[in-house]
Amino acid sequence: MWPYAIRRVLGAIPTLLIIIALTFFMMHIAPGGPFDAQRHLPPEIEHNIRAAYNLDKPVWEQFLIYLGRLMHGDLGPSFKNHDFTVSQLIEVGLPVSAKLGISAILLAIALGISLGTIAALNQNKATDYGVMGLAMIGITIPTFVTAPVLALIFGIYGLHFFGHDFYLPAGGWNGGALANMILPITVLALPQVAIISRLVRGSMVEVLRSNYVRTARAKGLPNHTVILRHALRAALLPVVSYLGPAIAGLLTGSLIVETIFGIPGIGRYFVEGAINRDYTLVMGVVICYAAFVIFLNLIADILYALLDPRVRFA
Amino acid sequence: MSASGIVARNTEVIERAFDIEGRSLWTDARRRLVKNRAALASIIVLSVIALVAIVVPFFWPYGYADIDYANIACAPDWWPGGDAACFAGGWHIFGMDQNGRDLFVRVLYGARVSLSVGVVATLVSLLIGVTYGAVAGFVGGRVDELMMRLVDVLYSLPFIFFVIILMVVFNQNFFLLFVAIGAVEWLTMARIVRGQTLSTKQKEFIEAARAAGLGTFATIRRHVIPNVLGPVVVYVTLTIPTVILAESFLSFLGLGIQDPLTSWGVLIADGKDHMETAPWMLIFPALFMAVTLFCFNFIGDGLRDALDPKDR
Repeated sequence: MWPYAIRRVLGAIPTLLIIIALTFFMMHIAPGGPFDAQRHLPPEIEHNIRAAYNLDKPVWEQFLIYLGRLMHGDLGPSFKNHDFTVSQLIEVGLPVSAKLGISAILLAIALGISLGTIAALNQNKATDYGVMGLAMIGITIPTFVTAPVLALIFGIYGLHFFGHDFYLPAGGWNGGALANMILPITVLALPQVAIISRLVRGSMVEVLRSNYVRTARAKGLPNHTVILRHALRAALLPVVSYLGPAIAGLLTGSLIVETIFGIPGIGRYFVEGAINRDYTLVMGVVICYAAFVIFLNLIADILYALLDPRVRFA
Repeated sequence: MSASGIVARNTEVIERAFDIEGRSLWTDARRRLVKNRAALASIIVLSVIALVAIVVPFFWPYGYADIDYANIACAPDWWPGGDAACFAGGWHIFGMDQNGRDLFVRVLYGARVSLSVGVVATLVSLLIGVTYGAVAGFVGGRVDELMMRLVDVLYSLPFIFFVIILMVVFNQNFFLLFVAIGAVEWLTMARIVRGQTLSTKQKEFIEAARAAGLGTFATIRRHVIPNVLGPVVVYVTLTIPTVILAESFLSFLGLGIQDPLTSWGVLIADGKDHMETAPWMLIFPALFMAVTLFCFNFIGDGLRDALDPKDR
């Protein structure tokens, strides 16, 4: 397993380099720059600012300087958030984003697997149709619709049970308080719950018809043992291979969710940075996200091989 | 029997054969698709939305950029509950937006933009994906390996970020939006087409075509592509909603369509900002968008069932 993991990590380096180069050149070749202010600066001052950020050098030289600093873990200063380096901003934002994302993916996996299994065990009954109908809704309705609608229902109208009013905060982070996390996590997890439950139902239905499950039943194992120990293990394979796309989906979702709920994570930095042309900040966030995706894909591949003995670390 | 008798009989048989109506894959598929009620209903609903979006703005009393300062963010007349500050009256059946523009006509313009982005960007991805996949699959060998390796690398890039950067960098050019989204979506198409091509090119009729002296590209165009269209059609109907989503996503973030022109993503973003005082601004665009996405998904599922030969 370890040689395989090391080989994969080494293989990820070119991919990361391509990502860095693409982002860098796209942003720098474009017309306009971070210091195109509305009011014109005296030429000497503008020249000095550009020189301070190396913007007066040719693009390829800027790229080499950037790469050189990156090797030392230096992501450079933020162009727009003065007095902050990109590393400082990411250091503040990353734990927030990671907390949200990891909770959402864990919730999605747990809920998706249970719902999918329940649907498969009640194939073509009302429960099955109910779960699959909900899954269809979860897949088709985009995050940027569910987020404001849920915020409207729970944050502004509130729920009224037995004379009590229940409200959830419709935005803000509040240092990661549970109440502030409920809505964003729900919104992030919803589409993934839907997709995972559909995947699990599909593979579970097939696995339940297979010979070895029939054997397990024939030798008198109780129902829950057959399902939890024998069927589920095989039925989970498609879920594991879906984890890569799921994480990509979560990242996209996190851009929306962090913007709507006003959460100070790196997704919001990216959107703001892109709009403000904060080159270094955007680069930093892209590198961060890309490394994250690559790392989690690696974990998914290793998990896959652990679950399925037919797959070897090749 | 005389020789002329045999010829006459055979001619008759051949002529009769021409009268038999063939049941091609596509005739069969259409019959099954029409039988699928969810898919049929979706096709009808979608056609109605598209038709209304195209035709009605010509007759509607209000334009999409007409501002009525007296009726800013007013509710439609039929809005239940007295929580609305004012009522718009007239033909404002969906109420007014935050600038006093008629929401109904704006939703229709949003439909025009969203649907056309969906269709055009999907065509872009179709063109790139089918050509790329067919060439890779048909040529095979080293070329195939190289081309597919490139697809693998592109797959692992977080593409939505590049689209965002592209949109920022080139100042939200409408045309570029089509190209950028289309250029992202062709990867899966290329994989599907390549897989289909690999299995198609083993068939005898390809060999016959080559034996008859047809060149590589002519063979691909005349014989390979028509035979891989089934899965491609299914995937196209599933790509259109993805593209609509991507466009709305960008517009929602303020990186896509610019005011006063609008799309569902822009409308939903505006609605989100005013949902406390004017919930209709969020509800109607969201509803239209959700219904459209539902329809495309049902049609895609229906087509898959209709075209799947395993099901016969």
